[in-house]
Amino acid sequence: MAVEFEVNEREVWDGNYAASQALRQADVDVVVAYPITPSTPIVENYGSYVGNGYIDGEFIMVESEHAAMSGCIGASAAGGRVSTATSSQGFALMVEVLYQASGMRLPIVLNVVNRALAAPLNVRGDHADMYLGRDSGWLQASAFNAQEAYDLALCAFRIAENHSVRLPMMVHQDGFITSHTAQNVYPLSNEAAKKFVGVIDPVDDMLDFSRPVTYGAQTEEDWHFEHKAKQHKAIMDSVGVIEDVFAEFKELTGREYKRIETYDMEDADVCVIGLGSTVESARVAAKEMRKEGVKAGVVAIRVFRPFPYEEVREALKGCKSIAVTDRSSPGGAMGAFYNEVAAAMMTSKSRPLVTNYIYGLGGRDLSIENIKTIFKEQQANADAGYITTDIQQFTNLRGPKLGFFKTERN
Amino acid sequence: MSVEQQDLKLKASENRGKSQLEAGFDLLGWDEVTQGSVLPSFDGDASNVAHQKAEEREYSDYNSYTATVASWRVQKPVFNIDVCIDCQNCWVWCPDSSILSRDKQMLGIDYDHCKGCEVCVEVCPTNPKSLLMFNEYTDLGDALASWPEKKKKEKK
Repeated sequence: MAVEFEVNEREVWDGNYAASQALRQADVDVVVAYPITPSTPIVENYGSYVGNGYIDGEFIMVESEHAAMSGCIGASAAGGRVSTATSSQGFALMVEVLYQASGMRLPIVLNVVNRALAAPLNVRGDHADMYLGRDSGWLQASAFNAQEAYDLALCAFRIAENHSVRLPMMVHQDGFITSHTAQNVYPLSNEAAKKFVGVIDPVDDMLDFSRPVTYGAQTEEDWHFEHKAKQHKAIMDSVGVIEDVFAEFKELTGREYKRIETYDMEDADVCVIGLGSTVESARVAAKEMRKEGVKAGVVAIRVFRPFPYEEVREALKGCKSIAVTDRSSPGGAMGAFYNEVAAAMMTSKSRPLVTNYIYGLGGRDLSIENIKTIFKEQQANADAGYITTDIQQFTNLRGPKLGFFKTERN
Repeated sequence: MSVEQQDLKLKASENRGKSQLEAGFDLLGWDEVTQGSVLPSFDGDASNVAHQKAEEREYSDYNSYTATVASWRVQKPVFNIDVCIDCQNCWVWCPDSSILSRDKQMLGIDYDHCKGCEVCVEVCPTNPKSLLMFNEYTDLGDALASWPEKKKKEKK
């Protein structure tokens, strides 16, 4: 039987350690892993919890991330509670198998410690890997600090394994800034966490010998479309369960999570919308802007998939100019996050101005001053009544000013 | 043994290969298809299937056992019961479970699932072989009539 791992009411954990503690407390049956910076400690710690007898689980080391996610699929189809972690190139190698997991409706929880994609090689945080998974059919939640990485990992098992959801879920945290910065974390007691997460109730598990099933059927043009539509419907419908689990978590801990978070938005004229660790910087910048007389607010996306279109529209409809911040190289288009927000606001009555800022690639810092500049440009747009800058701009980039696409004016 | 006698023994199961995999039947809407395209192999409790013969099992419509999945075979193995020694080598090696055998008695080929890979012919140890490849449309009687004689050992 497992040895009790003692946790204090308050711990000093970094995001990786916090996520690994969530895996321990959730009694994860199987972790199949191929470690990669900066997510390595999550699976490494799980392995040590197994090795030291703190958890009855299986830690399986494989030859690649493709194999890691494949192993997770096997263990999940067998009926176990399954999780792993990855970043960047590892995530990219997993992508093919991510679609298999979601298509087979397997409730795997993947801790993604966001890191830039090569080339050029870079180990630091941006959201290129997260964006790579945005069409993969996984639910995606964003943690802005270590506490949230822990909380959301626990919630993720509840959401993913719910029988009306049955979808895999990613919990994202920013490489190094969140994953390697030790902060105060208030974990649940082992008992409370175990009670909250509960025991997985498998569906179509392959170890049920009274009802053998086939996973991985082939469906051509006469079946494939229906299966993908059903999967998309399940993602869209997961909203209710996500909200229920967040409500229950608040009841238990006092910590409240919403699909989008809003800060100083009641009377905001201008707003920065973002996700990840940037949100906390933006909140500080907004407070400073308010001292300078600008009605600045911040909106943060907690659940990136399913994308909260209605909530975004509701939160932003009173704004005059909005800066959407994309931490991923857009590769010949507006940032993907900009496109989502612009689509939501296009259908609003107020049709506020929506601008796009590319920032922080490869771990480039986004300072309070940078964000204040963004707020000031939004205020200038709001005063002018049109977008005064290029619609897409690059923030804190060396060299001549880089921007694309302008507002159409008569 | 006559062609009729050998052929009768091949009809081991009534529901084997009854449906075609091609489109056009029972097309369900997105709200009716199974979650994750996971398909149950049997109807009802299957706890005992390991102890049942294939023809006794309640295969579901989703199971390939009930479907014909050999339409693209161009050459077929033909089995000659008069030469066979029931060694089960072909049954062991067949990658598609298409050798029909009961109580270690070789019965024939499951042509609804055999893809014509020729592995059974390759591993057959008899002289002449009790399995040989013929054009898909060759009549069983013609195939058996053209069976080669036993090869004599060549003197060195």
